[in-house]
Amino acid sequence: MLRFILTRVSLVIPTFLGITFLTFILIRLVPGDPIEVRVGERGIAPDRLAALRHELGLDQSLWQQFLDYVGNVLSGDFGLSLVTHNSVLSEFITLFPATLELALCAMLFATLVGLPAGILAAVKRGSLFDHGVMGASLTGYSMPIFWWGLLLILFFSVALGWTPVSGRLDLVYYVEPVTGFMLIDTLMAGDYDAFRSALSHLILPTIVLGTVPLAVVARMTRSAMLEVLGEDYIRTARAKGLASGRVIGMHALRNALIPVVTVIGLQVGTLLGGAILTETIFSWPGVGKWLIESINRRDYPALQGGVLLIATSVILVNLLVDVLYGVLNPRIRHAR
Amino acid sequence: MSAETSTNTEPAAPEPVIAVSRPPHPLAEFWYHFKQNKGALGGLVVIALIALIAIFAGVIAPHDPDIQYRDAILTPPVWQEGGTWSYILGTDDIGRDMLSRLMFGARLSMMIGLIVVTLSLAVGLGLGLLAGFFGGMADVLIMRAMDILLALPSLLLAVVVAAILGPGLVNAMLAVSVVVIPHYARLTRAAVLAEVNKDYVVASRVAGAGPLRLMLIVVLPNCVAPLIVQATLGFSTAILDAAALGFLGLGAQPPTPEWGTMLASSLQFLQRAPWVVTWPGIAILVTVLAFNLLGDGLRDALDPKLKR
Repeated sequence: MLRFILTRVSLVIPTFLGITFLTFILIRLVPGDPIEVRVGERGIAPDRLAALRHELGLDQSLWQQFLDYVGNVLSGDFGLSLVTHNSVLSEFITLFPATLELALCAMLFATLVGLPAGILAAVKRGSLFDHGVMGASLTGYSMPIFWWGLLLILFFSVALGWTPVSGRLDLVYYVEPVTGFMLIDTLMAGDYDAFRSALSHLILPTIVLGTVPLAVVARMTRSAMLEVLGEDYIRTARAKGLASGRVIGMHALRNALIPVVTVIGLQVGTLLGGAILTETIFSWPGVGKWLIESINRRDYPALQGGVLLIATSVILVNLLVDVLYGVLNPRIRHAR
Repeated sequence: MSAETSTNTEPAAPEPVIAVSRPPHPLAEFWYHFKQNKGALGGLVVIALIALIAIFAGVIAPHDPDIQYRDAILTPPVWQEGGTWSYILGTDDIGRDMLSRLMFGARLSMMIGLIVVTLSLAVGLGLGLLAGFFGGMADVLIMRAMDILLALPSLLLAVVVAAILGPGLVNAMLAVSVVVIPHYARLTRAAVLAEVNKDYVVASRVAGAGPLRLMLIVVLPNCVAPLIVQATLGFSTAILDAAALGFLGLGAQPPTPEWGTMLASSLQFLQRAPWVVTWPGIAILVTVLAFNLLGDGLRDALDPKLKR
């Protein structure tokens, strides 16, 4: 078991280094001199330019610069934002829980709706319900989610007035951030009105962000169930007279869940990055919106650090899923 | 087969004999399986229609997409109160005809799909062939690099590349292409590895075929099926991602009638004139859905495992 975990962790290290290299190189592709980009002045005096280059380490070889960068990153120094002059890491950490909360809620929504829909579609294969689920999931999968979000806002927020348009909480409430998860923080503060407000702010972004994973989960569940339902042991179970619900729930579902659980786990990672559009539409104060704002403000250190941090959290989440999956499923653990 | 017909008392039908002596052309067989899938057929028809609109946009569009009719700002679609037949789908916030802009947008979207798929397919195919054929260090280096690209959420990577190259349609297409290269590389490599040790490949190697001939003429045609499916689905990804970049302000810039950009530039009129936001979204959805339907249908028709 320990060996399995160590192998998985060691496989992540080159990926992490590669992504560090990628962000390091990408930022160097920005047109224009890095000093000018940073300081924002043209026609800078040569001695001041040299001093600045030295200060930023730009007079060293590219390799040396990369090693310094990796060293800084490993010691938790992701640079300073050009705009706010705060540490990129601390800005990221304050915003990340908002994104994580949204991503987890979206995944929960996708699973709670997609799993039963996929199972039912497989059991009633070829029925109207099956066609409906497959059509809906293909539509969801093809949905431009920025437009989908706008439609939902137009209908539920503007026409019906049921849900707020943007943000995480009404301005009248203030809750001391403890965990950073608004739902948990409001409950811990015992402020149920604020909790309701936080919940109503979450609904639409959750649906929008959860739409694509919902489609993926429903399709995956259906095809996994169909495959399992054709197996001999299912016929055996039916032949020995087990109730249909028991065959589907106990025998088929447990085996069909294996690929579905992987997909669900890996989607969480994707959602952390995929939240960019959803957060922009709903002004959700998370890392995705922050990243787009950094781009618009030409705040390259924030962009560089932010991308690296998001990528790292995606890799870590995927690693966690991978390891958990191995712990739960001996077949994976002992493969190869 | 023959045992079964001989037990029948009916005179032997000539049909099975023909089927045995002359198997249907692969294309005919493919079409037979493909046309059973009504969704895929529908997708194909819609795509053909959109392609026709894109090609003939200059002829069939009722107005110039960039001309601003200042006396007809935010005219609603014809079936709503205040709509006129001269602007069937209404006009936008500076009086441009929505229908004409959508038609020219179709041209852009089809072009984006075509260029992105061609570019990423060419690069991914090359990398996959190299990795699969030569193995060893080349394989490790290429596939590790692909893994790194795959570890990043695709939209995040596209956003970063577009942000660094600077906003614009060409850069957005480049960004989206980079993001999808790993899919083609992995598919090609897997297909090559499955084929490369088969007898026919060994035979042509023994007969003296060089590596380039082996790669491109012997092996590649047998790896095409999964790539066709992926390329079709790649159209939908490309159109969707390019529209998302346009929406974020990192893709095509106004006044280009790209669907995502059109959506973003009229956001503030969402409440007053919902049609300026509705139409581009529907256009994106229908196009992407059609390509996904077609891709699914192709997968089913080309995958021998699923053939009954």
